Amino acid sequence: MNCNESEILLHALIDGELDAGHAREVETHVAGCPGCGEKLAAFRTMHDVMTAAPLKEAAPAHLRNRIEALMATPPSRVVSIRQFMQPTRRSFFGGFAMGSVLSAAVAASVVLTVVRKDQEQTIADEVVSAHIRSLQAGHLMDVETSDRHTVKPWFNGRVDVAPPVVDLTAESFTLLGGRLDYIDSEPVAAIVYQRRKHLINLFVAQHLGTRRTRTMATAIQGYNCRHWSQDGLDLWAVSDLVGDELDEFVQKIASALRQPSRAS
Amino acid sequence: MADDAVAEQERMRTFQAAALPHLDDVYTLARYLMRNTQDAEDAVQECYLRALRHFDSYRGPAMKPWLLAILRNVCNAEFARRSKEEVPTDYSADESLAEEMPMWQEPQASPEKMMVRQQDTATIRRLVAELPEPFREAIVLREMNNLSYQEIAQVAGVPVGTVMSRLARARAMLRAAWNAADTATTRRGPAVASGTAL
Repeated sequence: MNCNESEILLHALIDGELDAGHAREVETHVAGCPGCGEKLAAFRTMHDVMTAAPLKEAAPAHLRNRIEALMATPPSRVVSIRQFMQPTRRSFFGGFAMGSVLSAAVAASVVLTVVRKDQEQTIADEVVSAHIRSLQAGHLMDVETSDRHTVKPWFNGRVDVAPPVVDLTAESFTLLGGRLDYIDSEPVAAIVYQRRKHLINLFVAQHLGTRRTRTMATAIQGYNCRHWSQDGLDLWAVSDLVGDELDEFVQKIASALRQPSRAS
Repeated sequence: MADDAVAEQERMRTFQAAALPHLDDVYTLARYLMRNTQDAEDAVQECYLRALRHFDSYRGPAMKPWLLAILRNVCNAEFARRSKEEVPTDYSADESLAEEMPMWQEPQASPEKMMVRQQDTATIRRLVAELPEPFREAIVLREMNNLSYQEIAQVAGVPVGTVMSRLARARAMLRAAWNAADTATTRRGPAVASGTAL
């Protein structure tokens, strides 16, 4: 996160509009940047003062009476006061339709997240729940093999995507097998890997949350979670591996996906 | 016929229960958009009239932003009607103008002066009223009407990204005016030296 992004997003932070991941990003940036830290403190104070002040105005009694009288009259008999206007649909909306230069830069990466945070958050929660469920005895694998040529065909007809199954043994991520899981009421492919004692579930589906070109990192209930989109697929990796190692896993999968010969 | 009358009364009661609790919110926005009490009251009345007429087609999502959007259209239509005479209506011109202004004008003073101080309600209202549109509208919808970004976007008919940048700009302008007002009241040293913090 840089200062330009932070300048916009710190307001969303103050207004409680950021999801946990972005809130942390802003807080991290602000903690290390005196300029943005000073702005956040000042704008937060201003917001607090405005919230505490009785700024909302009370409609005068005679206006309230007018409105109530209006409601007691059949609408057909009420006419507009003055020429309060049939709108001429002039350039107002043209003017408003123009976003500002500033927003365009930030909006591309952030706004979708803000808007869709609820859905994204729900799916992240479900993905982690599915991961935790899979750790219970007997729930981990439907097809148990380290042979990717067995795992991949097994998904045929069970999910509507051909999930990438990659052999990463050389990188010390061992393929354990695959499983059919359900997230957001849709069947998804879950491919299970292991590094040392840590299990990794890689969930793959056509649509699973907001499309992301850059990997989104979150941590839920102590599990690290990575979501990215590639080749028309949404991929989620969940594990109790430390973040750096899970990032390494994501990179291996992503680069294998870019070289079709490795993902069969 | 009697059934119709009963149904009509029922409809009125439903509308009243849904819309009347937001009267203060509607009036507050009207005050800041129209800038004078008489025009604000007329706009509010017209807003409720239109809302009542279109209540049958109302499907949500929330009553407050729906009413505020109607009010905003009422006010804009009024400005459009007057535009030949006096009031500038093309907000995009204002916005592009504001785009060229330095984003932050801050007093370069001792650290404690950079802190935003308490202001009384009347001063805050005046400072907000002096903001140019569309920044005034954005800050009123957020701080006084307490709408979410998504709701502000609906009312103003712009993407959420635009709401975010307008709010950032609005607060930056407000902060500069706020500090200037503070300096003027407390008379501490020379007034605002224009600084470009970024």
